[in-house]
Amino acid sequence: MSALLEIRGLGKSFPGVVALEGVDFTVRAGEIHALLGENGAGKSTLIKVLTGVYPPDRGEMHLAGARIQAAAPQEAERLGISTVYQEINLIRSMTVAENITLGRQPRRFGLIDWRAVRRRAREALDRLEIDCPVDAELGTLSVAVQQMVAIARALDCRAQLLILDEPTASLDEREVGELFGRLRRLRGEGLGIVFVTHFLDQVYALTDRITVLRNGRLVGDYATATLPRLDLVANMLGRSIGAAEAEARPEQTPPPARPNVVLAARGLGRRGSVSGINLALRAGEVAGLAGLLGSGRTETARLLFGIDRADQGEVEVGGQRAVLTHPRAAVRLGLAFCSENRKDEGILPNLSVRENLILALQGKRGVARPLARAAQEALADHYIKALRIKTPGAEVPIRNLSGGNQQKVLLARWLATQPQAIILDEPTRGIDIGAKQEIEELIARLRDDGLAVLFISSEIEEIVRNCGRAVVLRERRPAGEAVGVDLNGRHLMHLMAGTNEGGQP
Amino acid sequence: MKGPAVWLRRNATLAATFAVFALLFLTASFLYHGFFSLRVFASLLADNAFLGIAAVGMTLVIFTGGIDLSVGAVAGFTGILVATLVQSHHVHPLLAWGIALAAGGLLGAAMGLLIAGLRQPAFLITLAGMFLARGAGFWINTDSVGIDHPFYDRMARIQLTLEPRVHLPAAALIFLLVAAAAFVLAHHTRAGRTLLAVGGNEQSALLMGLPVNAAKIGVYTLNGMCAAGAGIVATLYTGSGNPSMGVGMELDAIAIAVIGGAVLTGGRGHMFGTVIGVLIFGTIQSALLFDGRLSPSWTRIVVGALLLGFVLLQRLLVRRAA
Amino acid sequence: MSGRKFLHSDGALVLWPVAGIAVLLVLNLCLSPHFLVLTLQSGHLYGGPVDILSEGSRSCLVALGMTLVIATGGVDLSVGSVMAMAGGAAALAIAQGHASLAGAMACALGVGLAGGALNGLLVAYAGIQPIVATLVLMVAGRGISQLITGGQVIAFQNAGAEYLGTGFIFGLPFSAVLVVGLYALTQIGLRRTAAGLFVEAVGDNETASRFAGLSAARVKFLAYVFCGACAGLAGLLEVANIRSADPYRAGENMELNAIFAVVVGGTALSGGRFLLFGSLAGALLLQTLTATMYNLGVPPAIAPVPKALVIVAVCVAQAGPIRRWLSRCLQRRAA
Repeated sequence: MSALLEIRGLGKSFPGVVALEGVDFTVRAGEIHALLGENGAGKSTLIKVLTGVYPPDRGEMHLAGARIQAAAPQEAERLGISTVYQEINLIRSMTVAENITLGRQPRRFGLIDWRAVRRRAREALDRLEIDCPVDAELGTLSVAVQQMVAIARALDCRAQLLILDEPTASLDEREVGELFGRLRRLRGEGLGIVFVTHFLDQVYALTDRITVLRNGRLVGDYATATLPRLDLVANMLGRSIGAAEAEARPEQTPPPARPNVVLAARGLGRRGSVSGINLALRAGEVAGLAGLLGSGRTETARLLFGIDRADQGEVEVGGQRAVLTHPRAAVRLGLAFCSENRKDEGILPNLSVRENLILALQGKRGVARPLARAAQEALADHYIKALRIKTPGAEVPIRNLSGGNQQKVLLARWLATQPQAIILDEPTRGIDIGAKQEIEELIARLRDDGLAVLFISSEIEEIVRNCGRAVVLRERRPAGEAVGVDLNGRHLMHLMAGTNEGGQP
Repeated sequence: MKGPAVWLRRNATLAATFAVFALLFLTASFLYHGFFSLRVFASLLADNAFLGIAAVGMTLVIFTGGIDLSVGAVAGFTGILVATLVQSHHVHPLLAWGIALAAGGLLGAAMGLLIAGLRQPAFLITLAGMFLARGAGFWINTDSVGIDHPFYDRMARIQLTLEPRVHLPAAALIFLLVAAAAFVLAHHTRAGRTLLAVGGNEQSALLMGLPVNAAKIGVYTLNGMCAAGAGIVATLYTGSGNPSMGVGMELDAIAIAVIGGAVLTGGRGHMFGTVIGVLIFGTIQSALLFDGRLSPSWTRIVVGALLLGFVLLQRLLVRRAA
Repeated sequence: MSGRKFLHSDGALVLWPVAGIAVLLVLNLCLSPHFLVLTLQSGHLYGGPVDILSEGSRSCLVALGMTLVIATGGVDLSVGSVMAMAGGAAALAIAQGHASLAGAMACALGVGLAGGALNGLLVAYAGIQPIVATLVLMVAGRGISQLITGGQVIAFQNAGAEYLGTGFIFGLPFSAVLVVGLYALTQIGLRRTAAGLFVEAVGDNETASRFAGLSAARVKFLAYVFCGACAGLAGLLEVANIRSADPYRAGENMELNAIFAVVVGGTALSGGRFLLFGSLAGALLLQTLTATMYNLGVPPAIAPVPKALVIVAVCVAQAGPIRRWLSRCLQRRAA
């Protein structure tokens, strides 16, 4: 098998962050190659550079022996590199046939030859053995079929290299099996396929080789058949097995939690999201929710807070059954939720630090009981000092603050409502070491004061350091709980990887 | 029975539009003696020819998810421009028409550049365009100017005779021609399909390699020319140019496009639906005239109610597909 | 607030329309020196600026309501039609129902509230895009207003209405004083309660507001209801001014003028931070522009052209790359 795609020494930086450095990546013709890595590893940057969305700073790319650098997505397509994104970048209001040929519709005397359009679409679909009407409106078909159409479009473009970005995120088991069958057929035809995913089971079921990235650098390039699952997870998280074994328990044993259960979930789930979630959060404890990217942690948080409506199971707050249809209901019951997506779900960018800070509290009080300006300023000053928020003042727009300080303001927003339970989703993401430590100390203080904290994180060390126990999710279902002596990095990794101590799945 | 049922489901709004037209026309025919005639149908087309041309252009803009509030003002402007050029400067009408079309296209292109290039909201930019065009029209002349030229006389005699006493005047023929051309553009050319793709999902269209910016600038230019065309056709119909013509026409055009099945967020619609929408508009007006008892203000109320109905229908269809 | 602090705050945006008004007044002064002269006759002030205040009172009032709607990220195209409907209903109540001024006011407000509620329902709860949702009432409302008045212009006599439209208080036109008073009341109401904060939050980032526990739908609904009420009251003012209701001309172009006033006054079309008094200044700028055109002998029909230029200028100035260049210039000056 010859090398189809060869990338050497790829480097790409953005203002303030190095996204890729010295990355090598090789894909052969007739090979399915998995590209793995946690958040910030550089997977999406690599793909965007390859497909011409960004120009690279350093490095070389070769396709079928020839040096390439696509200046724009359509050029990449012309060169033979096609990408199918997770968000299915097609036009839902158009037909299948049209989506497959859009921009390249065959013409007769300057007008579109619809019969030829349908014919070409039918050919592309038949090659994948997809049975769907070419005249159907794309948006009416299932996500699985829409994905197939996207792949069919890629084939119509005469792709040599097919990149699939999280293709199975919205598929059920049967659809995944069908997709894999088709991908194997394409592999047999000599196509090179890059498969970006976080579902390890699927990686082992389908792929020939694995490339792991971490923090913008290449960790390694392995043959799937010879890489043990535990080693793979260790590589992705940047931990050696030895270190995991020597991992000590956190410095102090946290005080025992109070007996009262503040927030509980039983069999909680939602179609297309997570299922079977069981949780019992007690006052005075920090419980962790761990798992790889895509395991369903944020989805669980959204169900607990009422952002999404559950269709299975129930939530109890303070022992009473709670029907959470809107975050407002959750806030009234004393819950708080600090989202991982600061930009879209957290900050009000043009409003001041003070206004961002008091928003949830004001919402709880209602429109008729406004906080006096003096009280607002006092509250803002209090939290600016307590959380050591670096800001020129409380009146500047929050968008002027650094990411870490914005996060602190959002944390203060929720603390100001004096909740009984708070869900923190990746609270230290994008924050420097010093601020991280401050936040972790704060969480410990809140725990001692009686707050119940659900700490969601993708970093194992963080979970071990801060939590008294941890629930692990794997592929959107609970995979186990670690408490006491089991709360260590190695055990958590096993739970996340789906293996037992022997390293077997 | 599979074929027709599938077609119906896929073209639900177009079918609804046609059903509404049929219902209105038949009801009026039932209520008013003499309504159900080719003459009435022909006058539907003739009386609303200029509105129809504006609606056709507006539909194309709406396909891309945009909006153009300036069409009424541009129509009024080109009307008085043509009249003044012909009467005061003795320019041949055909040349005057050419100048008018160029002016409309130029304004459209300028607006398109600001909208696509500077990424400013189409609403505001075309609002400014409307103020500009309206003012420019009045600057040329504050009153209407009658057109007296042998070419216009000749045009007035051009008509398609359908029956012994039923004629389709030049204005209506031009409308049908423009509608046919727009239909071909929208449904049988790459450029037209690009418009619908841009409106359907601009981000996807970009990633699929379509020329999004060029499409946007192009459609506003084309619409500007359609608005100018509407003004020209209005001069044919009334024999004069009037700077205050077309006030509110853009809203009628938008309403017609929506009733015809175009979705304001873009990506959906059918040119044929717009033509039926024009007929619906005309039917309501004609029916009220025939009635004589109901005030013509009912036109607006019925159009508004239809608009509401179609908007809710579209919302329902979108929710069900999601 | 110290002068320097004011200049750096968002409120400083109001200086643009105010500067515009000043420039125009100076222009007027040069052309017709008697324009700015104020005379006092039988306790009433007369003069150019007074005319601007009284003629512009209706657009100022509509701009008040429009500000809140735009602040939530929406727009209301139906205000002109609502004015026509409300004015017609009030005129009818007086002329044929022999209603008092209070009764007429209740009629007008009722119509306005109903219209606003319809818009609010469509936008906030049915999730329909504001442009098309309010377009429905804009189109249908014209017809309804014509129906209400039977297609005629209804004239009436009512001492109270006459005072409302053309009376004077403290030497100034009553309608102007009333509108400024309403601005002040609204400002107090929005800032003394949490309503102002909620509106700005929903407009700035609706998702984040919802996650923080706000009911974004309710906030948007109430914004449209308020806008409708303002339009209804403005409709009453308009018929009171001419003591008749004209269903064809009432509220003509009012929605576009109101949007213009709000945007020029410093509130972004995308929503978020709003400036009530900016909209007041913007509406007055518009009126001053019209008066200046009239003074220059320019036919009123051409007045739209400078309006267009101002809108384009505002748009271009708000465009990203230009804004960054401007802020860099200002920073260099401050340093």
